[in-house]
Amino acid sequence: MLPASFNAVVPMLCAGAGALVVMLAEAWRRKGERFPMALLAFIALAATGISLIFLWGRNQVSFEVVTADNFAVFVSLIIVAAGLLTVAFSTQVLERDGIPEGEYYALVLFAVVGMIMMAMANDLLVLFVGLEVMSLGVYVLTGIRRDNLAGIEGAFKYFLLGAFASAFFLYGIAFTFGVAGSTRLDKVAAFLAAQSMTGNPMVLLAMGLLIVGFAFKVSAVPFHMWTPDAYEGAPAVVTGFMSTGVKAAAFAGFVRVFLAAFEPFKADWAPALMVLAAATMIVGTVVGVAQSHLKRMLAYSSIAHGGYILVALVAANQLGKAAILFYLATYAITNLAAFGAIALLGSKDSARDGLHDYAGLWYSRPWVAGLLTVALLSLGGLPPTAGFIGKWYVFSAAVSSGYYGLAIIGVLSSVISVFFYMRVVVMMYMTDKSTGAAPTPVRGVGMVALVVTVAVILYLGILPTRVLNLAAASIGSIF
Amino acid sequence: MLTLLVVLPVIGALLLAAVPNADGRKDGLVRWLALAVSVVMFGLTLLLWLRFDNAAEGYQFLQRVPWIPAFGINYSVGIDGISLMLIVLTGFLTPIALLSSWESVHAHVKSFAIFILLLEAAMIGVFISLDLFLFYVFWDAMLIPMYFLIGIWGYDQRVYAAVKFMLYTMAGSVLMLIAILGLAYLNQVATGSYSFDIQKLALLHVAPRTQFWFFLAFALAFAIKVPLFPFHTWLPDAHVQAPTAGSVILAGVLLKMGTYGLIRFAFPLFPEAAAYFAPFIAVLAIIGIVYGALVAMVQPDMKKLVAYSSVSHLGFVVLGICAMNMQGMQGAVYQMLAHGVSTGGLFLMVGMLSDRRHTRLIAEFGGLKAVMPKLTAGFLLMTLASIGLPGMNGFVGEFLIMLGAFKADPRYVIVAGLGVILSAVYMLWMFQRVFYGPVTNEKNAKLKDLSPREWAALVPLVALAVFMGVAPGIFIRPTDQAVKAVVERLDAVKTEHAEHRAAPVPDAVSAAVVAPAEGK
Repeated sequence: MLPASFNAVVPMLCAGAGALVVMLAEAWRRKGERFPMALLAFIALAATGISLIFLWGRNQVSFEVVTADNFAVFVSLIIVAAGLLTVAFSTQVLERDGIPEGEYYALVLFAVVGMIMMAMANDLLVLFVGLEVMSLGVYVLTGIRRDNLAGIEGAFKYFLLGAFASAFFLYGIAFTFGVAGSTRLDKVAAFLAAQSMTGNPMVLLAMGLLIVGFAFKVSAVPFHMWTPDAYEGAPAVVTGFMSTGVKAAAFAGFVRVFLAAFEPFKADWAPALMVLAAATMIVGTVVGVAQSHLKRMLAYSSIAHGGYILVALVAANQLGKAAILFYLATYAITNLAAFGAIALLGSKDSARDGLHDYAGLWYSRPWVAGLLTVALLSLGGLPPTAGFIGKWYVFSAAVSSGYYGLAIIGVLSSVISVFFYMRVVVMMYMTDKSTGAAPTPVRGVGMVALVVTVAVILYLGILPTRVLNLAAASIGSIF
Repeated sequence: MLTLLVVLPVIGALLLAAVPNADGRKDGLVRWLALAVSVVMFGLTLLLWLRFDNAAEGYQFLQRVPWIPAFGINYSVGIDGISLMLIVLTGFLTPIALLSSWESVHAHVKSFAIFILLLEAAMIGVFISLDLFLFYVFWDAMLIPMYFLIGIWGYDQRVYAAVKFMLYTMAGSVLMLIAILGLAYLNQVATGSYSFDIQKLALLHVAPRTQFWFFLAFALAFAIKVPLFPFHTWLPDAHVQAPTAGSVILAGVLLKMGTYGLIRFAFPLFPEAAAYFAPFIAVLAIIGIVYGALVAMVQPDMKKLVAYSSVSHLGFVVLGICAMNMQGMQGAVYQMLAHGVSTGGLFLMVGMLSDRRHTRLIAEFGGLKAVMPKLTAGFLLMTLASIGLPGMNGFVGEFLIMLGAFKADPRYVIVAGLGVILSAVYMLWMFQRVFYGPVTNEKNAKLKDLSPREWAALVPLVALAVFMGVAPGIFIRPTDQAVKAVVERLDAVKTEHAEHRAAPVPDAVSAAVVAPAEGK
């Protein structure tokens, strides 16, 4: 058995080992031989999830820089859930679109390792390593359809801008180290709390650079430019994965760095984040209205959702901290349902992601249309879905911190967003059938996964108490 | 008991969903099943009324289950007389709406019935909620089935109307959400725990300045729903485009949610702000009364005419609430019921005509009295009810409202009285053009009169319209205690205000306000 000091990294080892096994299996696979890659990936992720559940409440720390506190475990579980659902949605899609299975699942697993590392990092350098592991996996996944121009364009943009943002992030780490003499978050926090350094330009610079790095990863306006292209170009399953997993991991890092290490400087960073949050909500929804391409529209919607989470981060009171976690969970599950449905409805020849491809979907595929509708209502924040509870939680955090302005921008932008989610509903239910082939029938594992996600959306919408308490407990333990 | 009223329609909807009906062959079964559920529901609401204690103060049939304890959110339900009457109205109109769809809805019958039942569950949920969070959940959830009803089964411009309906209502309600959160937060500051319970929040002392903003947020949400002039522009679209069943429920119940919200939440929770704003809202209501009537007069389309008449009638209701005295409030509650019955009936009959001729233009009709005597009789009675002929239901409500408004400020009544006259003008003029005279359009010559099923939908409405006019006491008495509670709460604040203003301003208004203070 592993020594106890390895406890906190067991989940990462599970996912990483799974990735290696998948790669080896792909290497040894004879041409034409079929191998249950998806099953391997699923088992690896399930093992990761189980090890995470065992870590709950134990506050294990490995090597002093990887901490599996409840916060990290909660976020990691969201990430693993995203991974599991992505694998479930992918089985049907990969075969149909001719995407190489071995590479795909290995990359997904490696990205999961990076994400969990970000969630658990207690050191800026570990955070950076996690960020890079995650990003490299996702860059390649974005362009995994090598014959697809949009995919390659999206991947390239994502990669270039991402590299740029990573540089900003590294500079931020360097300046932090310059000031505090350590990259360990607890040491940075202790140092900053001990010295009264308010207004110190080095600290401000460090925070600014780190904010840019994080803002890029969570696609906050004005660092969101890559998002629509990457989300549109990537296969829908990948978009679902990166719009949820990457966001959860990046927000985990964001929260830990700014609420743990830079907490004493809240007066300096809160206004900056407030502007980012407001701009993100407004741009995300207003530009989203003008989209006629479903994936692009959902890309803008996910930008806007990032804005809501930023509101909770700005509020930063007890409610806000828990709201971040709860919102990440509801958003992840909802977005995965939406992208899963889109991915499953596509076919090899047409991705079926234009708005008009959904005309009359209710008449040809009533069940999938119904499930997609629930996901859209949840994204729009209508009861009785998870999205409503998430929004309500975030805005109550904002109101109780006195940020009435942000809350009002938030609710109004969510009304605007309802308009464009409703456009899809209008297409599905209130428009005559589009010409052309009927959409692909959805069955098997994909359908089961879709039903499960929608069930979870409704569960979180009607009986949120249990998960709310978990979120509150997990954040209360560290900050 | 109350929970059953919400759960039963949902169970009915799930039951319907389980009926395999992809090809529409089981349409008949689906219709009967939905009707059976809704009739049982109506029976339950009547049973509720029977067991309701008119004399008791406060809420009855209370039930409270912790829901999200960390935030003091409870599944907390209970009713007083006002909600009771509106629940009975909901139970009464739903089977009628389903009956009306028998002839006019032929596509996706199953989904239609499911949405109607879900809508009923959400509407009743709104009326029984005593927890603001629960209330908001039902309030928003109600939009979804209505949106689909208008959008899928409506007329030509249905998508536009459905989206407009949804966005208007949401835009108003999200600001109310902020105010709700703000209230819960204030409660946390004052007592140490979050609460959304209106009985607890009513004890909270909210600073006047905060009341001002919170009241505006609540009032905006409800004003859009009522709809109060100038927030009424969604209404003609939604009403005209909705299928008949949708219009009946929309006019019959959904609009009342706005006025119900004013009486239940906006006025009692923020009494000082309410006292401050009431005159302004009253003026808007009066503008609505006259404006709605004038616009109704020139409509070529019957459905639009009835829709605008709703703007006018609901203006009366709001005026009654703003009078903030016993007569006004009671009249408002009564008028809510009366309007639900008479306008529901009018929409139903316009729908019947429209099913037969596929047009609703007044000019296309004429001389129907000779062709369809039964419909003509029903229409005449409903018209008279709507214009408030003594002995019909409309009269009682309007009379009480006028009485209350006169006590508050006689000037209100002078203008509002104009609305009564105008309503007679537009309704009777429409009736004359559609039913009297020779049959000018030969397409009308062979129209069938009411079928037994249509008869079954119409007769209860007409009978009730007359009954409510003859024996209004039965419908007013349950609401006595509830209305008194609201008025007393508002009076307490008015008196305080009057005492604050040491020097009485010598005009009629302040004299009326000061009078109760002297009585003390």
